Amino acid sequence: MPADLALDSLRKMLAKGNTQLIEVLPEKEYVEEHLPGAINIPLKSMNRDSVAALDRSRPTVVYCWDDI
Amino acid sequence: MGFTDVYDYVNGKVEWMVNRQPVQGSGPHYAMVGEVATQDRLQTCVLGSAVSDSASAMGESGDTFCLVLNDHGVVLGRLRRKHRDADSNDVVEDVMETGPTTVRPTEPAKSLLERMEKRNVPAVVVTTNKGVLVGVARRSDLRRLVEESG
Repeated sequence: MPADLALDSLRKMLAKGNTQLIEVLPEKEYVEEHLPGAINIPLKSMNRDSVAALDRSRPTVVYCWDDI
Repeated sequence: MGFTDVYDYVNGKVEWMVNRQPVQGSGPHYAMVGEVATQDRLQTCVLGSAVSDSASAMGESGDTFCLVLNDHGVVLGRLRRKHRDADSNDVVEDVMETGPTTVRPTEPAKSLLERMEKRNVPAVVVTTNKGVLVGVARRSDLRRLVEESG
């Protein structure tokens, strides 16, 4: 299970420059607006092939629109 | 899938944007209500509170209401100034107005401001889609935001 991450913690992680950031929303929403440096892997297409290029040794943060 | 250091930014893009963090993309970009939603000077009370205690605090903020929340911060109702005259034994759920109108943080600020000005509404309650209080968006703050964002 991924650990929950709050805004301040995310900012600190991103400032270190070693974090992979993944937006799991549909491509259209990603194209319109996404967090700086995020890549897009829509949830419906997430599988071993679509994440093959990611670095398993780096911290990885996923996000969508909201969970609140 | 072999990942060992994985995190879920649970409040997602909504929280990021209403906190005016930088974004990339083609847009459209627009000012959102959540950018000015605040709990500063906002009067709240919880179920079981005495009306006399809650209502007496109204007015200090400039707002004319007190929001009634449950233990999870969900907005259940609202007290107005008229409730200050309630029986001293009443608790807030006896007299509160249930289900006040709320908006989401991602609502476009400009269109909401136009509706508020048309109806002379001084402030609106902003909640998450689960009803948890984010804050109140005051018309003066929305007007400033819309002017700043062009």
